[in-house]
Amino acid sequence: MNLYGIRAIYKFEMARMKRTVMQSVLSPVISTCLYFVVFGSAIGSRMGDIDNISYGAYIIPGLVMLSLLMQSISNASFGIYMPKFSGTIYEVLSAPVSYVEVVIGYVGAAASKSVILGLIILATAKLFVDYDVLHPFWMLSFLVLTSITFSLFGFIIGIWADGFEKLQIVPMMIVTPLVFLGGTFYSIDMLPEIWQTISLFNPVVYLISGFRWAFYGVSDVHIAISVGMTMVFLALCMTAVWWIFKTGYRLRS
Amino acid sequence: MQPDISVRHLNKTYGDGFQALKDINLEIERGEIFALLGPNGAGKTTLISIICGIVNLTSGEVKAAGHDIIKDYRKARETIGLVPQELNTDSFETVWDAVSFSRGLFGKAPNPDHIEKVLKALSLWDKRNNRIMSLSGGMKRRVMIAKALSHEPQILFLDEPTAGVDVELRRDMWEMVRKLRESGVTIILTTHYIEEAEEMADRIGVIRQGEIILVEDKAQLMTKLGKKELRLQLQHKLDQVPGELTLEPVELANDGWELIFTFDSQQEQAGVARLLRTLGDLGIEYRDLQTRESSLEEIFVGLVHE
Repeated sequence: MNLYGIRAIYKFEMARMKRTVMQSVLSPVISTCLYFVVFGSAIGSRMGDIDNISYGAYIIPGLVMLSLLMQSISNASFGIYMPKFSGTIYEVLSAPVSYVEVVIGYVGAAASKSVILGLIILATAKLFVDYDVLHPFWMLSFLVLTSITFSLFGFIIGIWADGFEKLQIVPMMIVTPLVFLGGTFYSIDMLPEIWQTISLFNPVVYLISGFRWAFYGVSDVHIAISVGMTMVFLALCMTAVWWIFKTGYRLRS
Repeated sequence: MQPDISVRHLNKTYGDGFQALKDINLEIERGEIFALLGPNGAGKTTLISIICGIVNLTSGEVKAAGHDIIKDYRKARETIGLVPQELNTDSFETVWDAVSFSRGLFGKAPNPDHIEKVLKALSLWDKRNNRIMSLSGGMKRRVMIAKALSHEPQILFLDEPTAGVDVELRRDMWEMVRKLRESGVTIILTTHYIEEAEEMADRIGVIRQGEIILVEDKAQLMTKLGKKELRLQLQHKLDQVPGELTLEPVELANDGWELIFTFDSQQEQAGVARLLRTLGDLGIEYRDLQTRESSLEEIFVGLVHE
């Protein structure tokens, strides 16, 4: 295994985070904090508890998940798209690195950034809302698993995209609506039955539900189903990445 | 000794059906400088890209330093350094970081001493902490070379290395290439500057419409395909080539004030002696005479337009 190669890609990508700390860290932390202030402290105090959890605390897992998904996709898609855009991808393609190593480097860095960001947001949330983490191991596991899965998804988008607009389409037009409709601000039990059924086709429901269970022990769907669905999505992304490298889709002509 | 690059029956057809390479066979020996010449779109960059792993081959076999580029791609690629035609650089990185990144990517442990040596050799040491975006085009070209040399490759591909660089830098690069060859590195270069190939190459390959039409030792090529010209400045203007000379490859130029005799550079000088004798017999006097050998460029143009 080319460990130096993986390290080089990983270090290179993490260096970009340091260079763009305002955009990569500060901006998502501030925007998520605004949600905590508005929905947690201001409006939240006038809203009733959900499953015996204060509204401010209830929305924390969903909001962290929102940032996690968006940043994972954005970091990974940008990470692989930029070398394609600038032409420096030739170096990666001609280097003695396997596609697994390339993915570990790019996706590993994107997921690391997301996990760091998720933990910063969680720490910041404590300043505004009081919350507990009932199952820290599972909370961290969900954080890492979701970051890896959606970084892989972002990696696929980055390879598919042939312009900056396409990089934004999937996160803004698909992922954001799915997160907002996936139980970030409510329990899907609160929806009419038909919308509850429709919601079950939204993969983000399982992520938020599982993540919320790790915090408070309550969930919309069983934790095993949440873990299972996350693993299915991870497997789908891995299969897509394997196919991309096998065929050279948009990488090798 | 096995060749450093071995290409056998290589074909490449792109997705749109365009056949870029047709049954290419080529061997490049260790430590030689091989110049690949060809007009735009002839397939030079496709050939290099396949050997380096950037483009998939359609059929055939390619080996680098004895390693198959597909079955044993790691070992094959470890031996190769590539300086592509385009100035593709990470604008926001510093020179040092960009070159160190390349070394790591090619599986080599960090070695600041080597990076320092490469940067100094390319006059980049003073710029090591500068972001690449702040460098001039020529300096960026040096960075590309430094990146390709960062992992101490055995084979170096230079795809149009001096395109758009000034004369001084071009001379520097030629010097650097010679030093690399002296250290045992095999160099394959494509260039539009025939002068460059003439100056540096040991062997020349000419590719046209995806086919290698010639591979020859440079000196032999110049001798075999090169022409010599004898130009005579006449004392008196001629209206036409005298009948006694019509069987010779002779033509009039400069409004009849100059007689040009073209002959094979391999040929004995008998033709020249015969011509001069005939001119003497005809009473045609000349003020001056010069001989000139055809350049590689003229040979190249002749080959690709055949």
